[in-house]
Amino acid sequence: MKLFAALAAPLAVVGILVYGLYQKTDILSCFARGAKKGLHTAASMLAPLVLFFAVLGMFEASGGLDVLCHFLAPAAELFGVPREVIPLALLRPLSGSGAMTIFQQILSEYGPDSLAGRTASVIQSASETTFYTLAVYFGAVGISRQRYAAFCSLAGDLTVILSAGWLVRKLF
Amino acid sequence: MNRILTLMAVLAVVFGICSGRIEQVSTALLQKCGDAVPLVISLTGALCLWSGLMEIAEESGLTKKIATLFRPVTGRLLPAFRKDAKVLGLVSMNITANLLGLGNAATPLGLAALQEMTAKTGKTATREVITLVVLNTCSVQLIPATAAAMRLAAGSSAPMEILPAVLASSTLSLVVSLGLVAVCARLFPDREGGR
Repeated sequence: MKLFAALAAPLAVVGILVYGLYQKTDILSCFARGAKKGLHTAASMLAPLVLFFAVLGMFEASGGLDVLCHFLAPAAELFGVPREVIPLALLRPLSGSGAMTIFQQILSEYGPDSLAGRTASVIQSASETTFYTLAVYFGAVGISRQRYAAFCSLAGDLTVILSAGWLVRKLF
Repeated sequence: MNRILTLMAVLAVVFGICSGRIEQVSTALLQKCGDAVPLVISLTGALCLWSGLMEIAEESGLTKKIATLFRPVTGRLLPAFRKDAKVLGLVSMNITANLLGLGNAATPLGLAALQEMTAKTGKTATREVITLVVLNTCSVQLIPATAAAMRLAAGSSAPMEILPAVLASSTLSLVVSLGLVAVCARLFPDREGGR
């Protein structure tokens, strides 16, 4: 399985190039044209992310996360989610690197094979940096009316948190 | 997202004043806004690489083949683009990259698909646009490689034992989110022309 995952990207590159050559596509000029579009995408990603990171930095520095954790911990325990993973659950949709740091802390503090460690592992792996993804996708193409996108995405994150608590208790 | 960002900023100021950390909030604002720049620069290589390769795949007809292969799934998810080989091809490859945990490849593919879609639908997110976004915010990853490596490093006796729980949890979240998209699409239908 691990080998398969490692093979995927190189194989995709080789496959695309070989097929392109076989179909007599002008590989280099095609690639240059596409890569230019990628450059444009990168540029349009930057602008919304500057605001996103600025606000995220403010929020983290204000200690808002600790306050939210304090209030949400009892509610989470009611649903069988261990209190120790609440900071991770709250940070995971906001910041990939921030979540990674907290995940590491939970692993070393409570042990990877503890209830908290396992639940944290599931939350870390099964959910995405939702807010970051929303900012990139909607910001990069300039969509002004996003309607129910954030609601549906966040419902998915909540599902991961609640089901992680339940699954880890059931399976281990 | 506009409302969420504003709410976070307001909360940050209120909490900052209450906890006496407003100075740190102010410093963070100036420091962190620069973080976006090195991040985007580090992603630019991957963005260009995959966008370039996609152009080759498009030109050589490979995208069309992949689109046909995945049409039973993607056509159902994105009914408005059932006949659009380019969008379906890009979405198929976006889903595949997510499944394999290739985040660097998934983002440019997803963004390219989104650009194709919005060229036709305009500035309002339609059901199909939201579906694509949800596929990326609630994506299922087959092998939780990063977490397993970190568990191993932390001394876990069975780093991969979380796999079934991860798969069940992420699949469930995708089903819930896509289900909600379907419900919302019924409640608030896309308006023709009102875009």
